[in-house]
Amino acid sequence: MKLTGLQIFKLLPNKNCKECGFQTCLAFAMKLAAKQAKIDACPYASPEAKETLGAAAAPPIRLVTIGMGERAVRIGEELVMFRHEKAFFHKTALAPQVDDLMGREEILARLREVCAFSVARAGENLLLDLVAIKEKSGAPEKFAQTVKFTAEQCLLPLVLVSKRSACMRAALESVGSSRPLLWGADGNNADEMAALAKEFACPLVIEGEGVEALAQMACRAAEKGVDDLVLCPVSSGAAGRLRDFTLLRRHALSRSLRGSGYPLIMSASSKGYEGAVAAVGGICKYASVIVLEDPAPWTYFPLLTLRQGIYTDPQKPLQVKPGVYIIGDAGGNAPLLVTTNFSLTYFMVSSEVEASEIPSRLLIVDAEGQSVLTAWAAGKFNAEVIAKAVVAQELAASVPHKRIIIPGYVAMISGDLEDKLPGWNVMVGPQESADIPAYLKEVWARATA
Amino acid sequence: MNSSSVRKIRIGNTPADGGTRASSIEVGGESCLPYHQFEGIMPCKPVIAWEIPDVRPDDWCETVKDPYRELLGDPVGWARYVVEKHGARIICLDLRGARLDKENRSAAASVELLRGLLKDVKVPLIIKGPGPGQKQNEVIAACAEAAQGERCLLASAVGEEYKTLVAAAIAYGHLVVAESPIDVNLCKQLNILISDLSFPSDRIVIDPLTGGLGYGLEYTYSVMERIRLQALSGDAMMQMPFINFVGGEVWKAKEVKMPAAKEPMWGNERERGVLWEVATAVSLLYAGAGILVMRHPAAIAVVEKTIENLMKNG
Ligand code: B12
Ligand code: SF4
Repeated sequence: MKLTGLQIFKLLPNKNCKECGFQTCLAFAMKLAAKQAKIDACPYASPEAKETLGAAAAPPIRLVTIGMGERAVRIGEELVMFRHEKAFFHKTALAPQVDDLMGREEILARLREVCAFSVARAGENLLLDLVAIKEKSGAPEKFAQTVKFTAEQCLLPLVLVSKRSACMRAALESVGSSRPLLWGADGNNADEMAALAKEFACPLVIEGEGVEALAQMACRAAEKGVDDLVLCPVSSGAAGRLRDFTLLRRHALSRSLRGSGYPLIMSASSKGYEGAVAAVGGICKYASVIVLEDPAPWTYFPLLTLRQGIYTDPQKPLQVKPGVYIIGDAGGNAPLLVTTNFSLTYFMVSSEVEASEIPSRLLIVDAEGQSVLTAWAAGKFNAEVIAKAVVAQELAASVPHKRIIIPGYVAMISGDLEDKLPGWNVMVGPQESADIPAYLKEVWARATA
Repeated sequence: MNSSSVRKIRIGNTPADGGTRASSIEVGGESCLPYHQFEGIMPCKPVIAWEIPDVRPDDWCETVKDPYRELLGDPVGWARYVVEKHGARIICLDLRGARLDKENRSAAASVELLRGLLKDVKVPLIIKGPGPGQKQNEVIAACAEAAQGERCLLASAVGEEYKTLVAAAIAYGHLVVAESPIDVNLCKQLNILISDLSFPSDRIVIDPLTGGLGYGLEYTYSVMERIRLQALSGDAMMQMPFINFVGGEVWKAKEVKMPAAKEPMWGNERERGVLWEVATAVSLLYAGAGILVMRHPAAIAVVEKTIENLMKNG
């Protein structure tokens, strides 16, 4: 929680010796509260004062890193309950699962699906983040083999799922240096698991029933020197999960329960739609990691699209730079299309233009990152704005045919635009970008034949 | 109800209330955030309205037409089918056929269809007009009269044209959907304007405007959370339940249509499409949706079950 100047003042020695560079302890306290000074500047501050201030400055939810290198996954450090209050920062990591009773072929098939998964959407490559490996065999040797095999086949960071410390140790002997997430510790094995997490310097999941009891377990693990924790409240059903995740997030943000300030993990155990529905709930409400126990490949794209939406900054839509984009080997005769700089809009249009295989130019105007109709309704994508962009880009010189294709949804501006761009021919394109290839192949080809 | 709850509204009049519906439906009434029954009450569960177009929906994609093959040109038969076979509790009759760019059907044709539907199908009704500037007033006013006393939900009062719709709802005893584009202030303003016509607040449902998954869903999600937080903090002009027209937004997206053969990473298009509708609907439930207007029976079944699970005290 943020401390006020007065609260900080009470922690200071009140000597008013000025050694910190300020006239009084109170003045120094005010600067500390405004984050314009550091407590180290006062030589007389007690260790307790430093600790209190340090804790108050630390993020309310700890940042935890799983894995190493380029694909390392960072979770935690969230600051709000609702995305409109600021934004959600570290995207929910999705972890499809394999287990040590699956055959090699089956494991390979799933890993191939997971590791190769990549869909470009609105300027981002949607990727899966982690692979979970569950111990079902009870045999340390078997679990270790499966983990080793998985790690060899797939570069994603791992979540090791076992309640047996012997199994966990066996697996860690081969992959312990890659910082997998250990899931984990519960009421029976907490001390052994904490020891393993410490020995191998891995983040650890603490699982427990009841929000308060869980936070207490986390405090114990932290006292044992394991700082990178992830919490898993054992809840009954979707409603119970929502309750426990909400309460933990609230406690963490308000610092009202010691041991609650860690990211949260859940498992979507069902197959197909139901597993996906559980994951939807987790993405909306506070899960930092979701293990997908039995995922169908068609669930990945919708889930990652949802995650992309929920985790974009609501104050700042994804945008591309205004300007003229050349698609393919576009010469003077190539069509010229115009749209806004909203990332989603740009990528939908440009991918269809590419698909048409007709080299084209795309004029992107600055509409403050809004979609075609939103920008039109807000007066940011109208005849005037487009005409200005055409002039600014000196398109009259490079577009001898003087034709410009506008989105079908703003057909109503075509007359106005022709008035503002004398000598130009304004063509109204289709409403949906999916129809652009057909439009270019037929209407454009006919118009310029 | 206390002063910081969502209003409870009832759709449909049974004979006891002077209508002919076999049942009525209540939504709203919660004094807490969605499904936070550990700190408040949520007396009514959200409900799914099955969308039935008045004319053959040729623009619907195959995945969502398939379950209704023989029924596509027969709205009354279609409605009967979803009530009898799928247990639909409420129907949304979409009078899209009256649009100028569709079949430009007359108000009289809409009324005739509505009469047939009211006679054959006994669940409560949402009547969705062709949209602003599209004979909306004419069609909705005529239908409101034909359904007098049935306590239907009329959609949608929007922009400058809200007055006629509200007047029809007052004259014939219906409810209205107040639609505003993803904006807290515009939403409140419209609710105030409608209330200024002496229309009771417990007969208004908010349509915050729905963006489908990947097409602005997160904007809808956040504006609903903001409206709901304001409602729970006591703002009477925000305390109406939400309706989200999910099906129409979802099933036009490229992502539900693209065959897996063309985009193998995207996975099987039928299941992907259904999940697209499910994921949109379920996110909106978490944001506070009270009525979800949906299309695919498989998606509706999954969302129904999700609602049951969320309503269980965890
Ligand atoms: C999300 C959204 C918002 C978000 C903004 C998101 C953003 N970054 O743009 C927010 C909440 C901020 C918003 C605000 C407003 N919105 Co708004 N919004 C939407 C919503 C739900 C989705 C828009 C979207 O993202 N579409 C997806 C993109 C990809 O679509 P697109 O850009 O049109 O591109 C497609 C086509 O146009 C085509 N295309 C694009 N470029 C080109 C180019 C060529 C050459 C061709 C051929 C085709 C083509 O390809 C794409 C795919 O098919 C729509 C309603 C809906 N369900 O669609 C309303 C909508 C666009 N909004 C609307 C309005 C009125 C507003 C506001 C004015 C409301 C207000 N007064 O506050 C404000 C304006 C903002 C401001 N005040 O500055 C109206 C516009 C109605 C109209 N015809 O005037 C809509 C249609 C809702 C409605 N029915 O009332 N909105
Ligand atoms: S150095 Fe410390 S004790 Fe001295 S004035 Fe500054 S805050 Fe007070």
